[in-house]
Amino acid sequence: MRVPLSWLREYAAVPADATAEDVMAELVKVGLEEEDVHRPTDELTGPIVVGQVLSLVKEPQSNGKTINWCQVRVVPEGAGQALTGDGIDPSGVQGIVCGAHNFVEGDKVVVTLPGAVLPGDFRISPRKTYGHVSAGMIASVRELGIGEDHDGILVLSTLGLDPEVGTDAMELLGLYDEAAEINVTPDRGYCFSIRGVAREYAHATGTAFTDPAAAVVVPPGTGEGYPVRLEDSAPVYGVPGCDRFVARTVRGIDPTRPTPPWLSARLRLAGIRSISLVVDISNYVMLELGQPLHFYDLDALSGEIVVRRATAGETLRTLDDKVRTLDAADLLVTDASGPIGIAGVMGGAATEVTDGTRNVLIESAHFDAVSIGRSRRRHKLPSEASKRFERGVDWHVADIAAQRAVELLLDLAGGTVDDAVTDAGQAPEPRVIELAADFPARLIGRPFDDGEITGTLTDLGAAVERIDGGYRVTAPSWRSDLETREDLTEEIIRLLGYDTIPSSLPVAPPGRGLTRVQQQRRRLLNALAAAGLTEVLSYPFVSARSNDVFGAPEEGMGAPSVKLANPLSAELKFLRRSILPGLAELARRNHSRGFRDLALFEAGAVFLPGDPLGTDSIPPLGIKPDDAVLDALYAGIPDQPQTVAGLFTGHEAAPSAGVAPRAWDWADAVDAVHLMAQVTGVDVVVRQGSHQAFHPGRTAEFSLRSGERLGYAGELHPKLIAAEDLPARTVAFEIDVDLLFDAAADVIVARPLSTYPAATQDVALVVDAAVVAGDVLEALREGAGELLEDVSLFDVYTGPGIGEGSKSLAFALRFRAPDRTLTADEASAARDSAVAGAAERFGAVQR
Amino acid sequence: MSDTPEHAGPAGPDASDAGVPDPLDAASVAAAVDAALADIAAAGDLDGLKAARIAHTGEKSPLSLANRGIGALPKEQKSAAGKNIGPARGRINQALAARATELEAERDARILVEEAVDVTAAPRRRRTGARHPLSTLQERVSDVFIGMGWEIAEGPELESEWFNFDALNFKPDHPAREMQDTFFVEPPEAHLVLRTHTSPVQVRSMLERELPIYVLCPGKVFRTDELDATHTPVFHQFEGLAIDRGLTMADLVGTLEHFTQQLFGDDARVRLRPNFFPFTEPSAELDIWHPGAKGGPRWIEWGGCGMVNPNVLRATGIDPDVYSGFAFGMGIERALMFRNEVVDMRDMIEGDVRFSEHFGMEI
Repeated sequence: MRVPLSWLREYAAVPADATAEDVMAELVKVGLEEEDVHRPTDELTGPIVVGQVLSLVKEPQSNGKTINWCQVRVVPEGAGQALTGDGIDPSGVQGIVCGAHNFVEGDKVVVTLPGAVLPGDFRISPRKTYGHVSAGMIASVRELGIGEDHDGILVLSTLGLDPEVGTDAMELLGLYDEAAEINVTPDRGYCFSIRGVAREYAHATGTAFTDPAAAVVVPPGTGEGYPVRLEDSAPVYGVPGCDRFVARTVRGIDPTRPTPPWLSARLRLAGIRSISLVVDISNYVMLELGQPLHFYDLDALSGEIVVRRATAGETLRTLDDKVRTLDAADLLVTDASGPIGIAGVMGGAATEVTDGTRNVLIESAHFDAVSIGRSRRRHKLPSEASKRFERGVDWHVADIAAQRAVELLLDLAGGTVDDAVTDAGQAPEPRVIELAADFPARLIGRPFDDGEITGTLTDLGAAVERIDGGYRVTAPSWRSDLETREDLTEEIIRLLGYDTIPSSLPVAPPGRGLTRVQQQRRRLLNALAAAGLTEVLSYPFVSARSNDVFGAPEEGMGAPSVKLANPLSAELKFLRRSILPGLAELARRNHSRGFRDLALFEAGAVFLPGDPLGTDSIPPLGIKPDDAVLDALYAGIPDQPQTVAGLFTGHEAAPSAGVAPRAWDWADAVDAVHLMAQVTGVDVVVRQGSHQAFHPGRTAEFSLRSGERLGYAGELHPKLIAAEDLPARTVAFEIDVDLLFDAAADVIVARPLSTYPAATQDVALVVDAAVVAGDVLEALREGAGELLEDVSLFDVYTGPGIGEGSKSLAFALRFRAPDRTLTADEASAARDSAVAGAAERFGAVQR
Repeated sequence: MSDTPEHAGPAGPDASDAGVPDPLDAASVAAAVDAALADIAAAGDLDGLKAARIAHTGEKSPLSLANRGIGALPKEQKSAAGKNIGPARGRINQALAARATELEAERDARILVEEAVDVTAAPRRRRTGARHPLSTLQERVSDVFIGMGWEIAEGPELESEWFNFDALNFKPDHPAREMQDTFFVEPPEAHLVLRTHTSPVQVRSMLERELPIYVLCPGKVFRTDELDATHTPVFHQFEGLAIDRGLTMADLVGTLEHFTQQLFGDDARVRLRPNFFPFTEPSAELDIWHPGAKGGPRWIEWGGCGMVNPNVLRATGIDPDVYSGFAFGMGIERALMFRNEVVDMRDMIEGDVRFSEHFGMEI
């Protein structure tokens, strides 16, 4: 809401020297946050005066243009020029070259004299042009920053003005005024009016408020007004779509008269463009009182006005000249011809006021907020009117606003008003709220005395009645947001000042600290960072292709993904099933910035929709849903496992003195997962895996001992690497850490440490090249029995001495008994048993 | 005498050439001792000392030979000869040991000098990783509340509309619902949204936890804002919720004050300004006085807060006549901007490794 200060001053005690900033500093105290300042003089400085064109000589130029060489009087006839300065003619008559042709000798115009500055830092000074010294400029509205029209200069008679020559044109055009722009929260519809803001200013400063509504006297209507009927076959939430419709008739107006500058200046400062006198009056009253109005060409109306719901298939050509198909839920204003407006949203073209209109019908109605909001969304027609209706308009201001519009019309457009007044509808019951005397203190934590409570509520415009133990408060008609004792309490403390709330620190009951999973996650992520990986955060928005490629394999292509209804990008309209596409994107960005040696990781959710997806309906607010409904809500929310993914490109480190950088390879990805398992104390199983995003021969699949799959690690598929524009041999991992954390033992049981000597035995086993070391190691472990303390792979060999298609795996086995020193024979027997296990399962032959 | 101990005169065969002293002749024994001490003193390194040792204490050294000669002497002379030879050999061994200690110390010192390296040229062996500062700050904020006895609650990012809106007293047609710039999921009839705030976690906490409740809900949230220097469609919040008997707005102020002082120092203060949120009443905008702000201490807008709306309590089965509560919510990106002087929001989300690595594991 933009509030011109001259307007606000009519109803609130704003000091004469207060700036927009000063006003905003007051309003913010009562919850109207500052947004911006609109001050023409920030860009426009005088001298800018009214001039009269004494003579005008047309001079054709060699470039085909014709210019006017004008003598313009800028001081009253007979008076001397009080101004001095370069280019100011002491005679009071300026010679000015003007290229526009929409004026004649004798016209009064706006002259920007040398020394003036126009918007865009356009400095006026005498300059030689077309063989003359042009000392000033005859201004257009666009040059003055007060309109878009650039076809010609501003001739003041077109605004209905005939000021004295030499008058300060900035004063005349309202350019010394300024506006404070404030943010109005959605509960405070009444602050979309000067009336509401003036009241808040009074609250904020403790000064007097003059209600503009009180200044308007509505004459009692006589006789039958224009016939209006209100009906509603489908009220929303039981609220009728229209509960008041005031109509007034004014005849014999001249709608082509200009809008006076004082009015258009206020509209402009308020951010509303001047359109025509009738539209401007309608907007002016809306800004002043908060009541949207609509003017019909009375002679275009036929028969009774009926406010009703649409019937399917009805259409309406709206003011913007678009034909709109109406929805059965749309609230309409209709006459015998059919729809003439979507109530509270936009009027129809056929009944619009035009230059030829002589008789008008003024509509000042009260529409239901929800109904208007739905029509506005349905037709995508946001407007100043719908904005106000959606946030609540004062039922009681409708007839006052209509009267104010009548008065302005009579004053500015001429005509006469019919004595008859239409006022259909029924006032809603005022909202009465009971407030226990001690409730504000209980909620805020400071005492309130009776005077503070009744004083603030009365200031708001509420009626306060003392009852046993508290108050019965009738909310003001313009405050549809006030419904509960909490709402009243907020108003009391808001007016007394939030800075009067004391401070006390509540003591929470003994807490349990971070949960086990929260601790596990911190340890795991810190361990990855300590191991050299850098945490990044990517967006979860991906393409269908990314989800197909990076999603888990058995779902394959076309696995279900969550699709956004309103994505920011048409391509990235799905939620990720994998973090890797995001990491690939960030890797590319780093590459483009010159960083090619990367080890990135990210922890976050992936989105795996199942069945059901969501719920058909949602329960109402303010009531706890029953367990079945809650269970359905929970069940409809897609699985979102916490996942940790990593991506490595280039080398482990940048080259440094004496150290050849090592390229990341598949084993780094595998090792990172082992690190995560070790940090969480979970025993994981790794085997050769298969995943469409990974190199078919370099993919490790990780699972829990229980068989649940944790994820994959290895080298990305060369084709994918090429398609994703990643460096060759990019490696990656992605693990479901929810599963990992869940598998962690709550208590890790210590193992007794034997202090007897260990017996180490190395074995080299020849196996088929296709056999993987992990399986052989596992067979050795199982075959070795209890004496085996540790077994590790220390060499892999192929070549001379080993048969074609075979390889030699060398393992170190460490044996130790808890209670004795092992003999060489015992160790050898255990080794032989281990080897026998490997021989049996994989045909391993000891070298 | 040569400076090169390896070729020092007394070492080697020369010593034995000097003749074997008579064990009964103290003077000749003394001469052998003197010769030995001179050679030992002259030994310039451990090799030279080894030669001197062989020459003067080896099997063929004059004194060894003389000692061996004692056996051939008459019985009554053996004692006298022994008293001549024994102490003489003792003096030589002592001198050898002393000189050895000296030379070893010299050698050790020399080796240490020779082994000197340029420590400034050390290669980096361990790659330096980093946490993302948004994560680190989120953990730091969480720890402040953990210290106050609060707990950390979490929930899904893709939520039912009911948890995100209705349970929080957003009426279906209220303009406030549209102001949230929500990402909706297809089909709209499924009523799923990307959560626009972490408040649905508050709802879950109220449904699932025992009273009283003191929880902090940090996490990722989503709004349909295009990315620019001050907006991102994906950002992070932390929201606090306390539900207990008799909680007041003064408790809210005190909690916020305590928290901001932990994060911004003892001089930090909070200021509330009236505002509107569907889920709180009264509602307030939260400003903090940031003593360390760039360009001097000032008030900074940080978030919203208020007393939990009774409709929210009712939606979760809590009796508003018995319990009251307060809630607050702040942006982590915004905190990182004014606390750590991040100027452009894009730096936080573009994944440039320089951003995270500058912070390391701290914030």
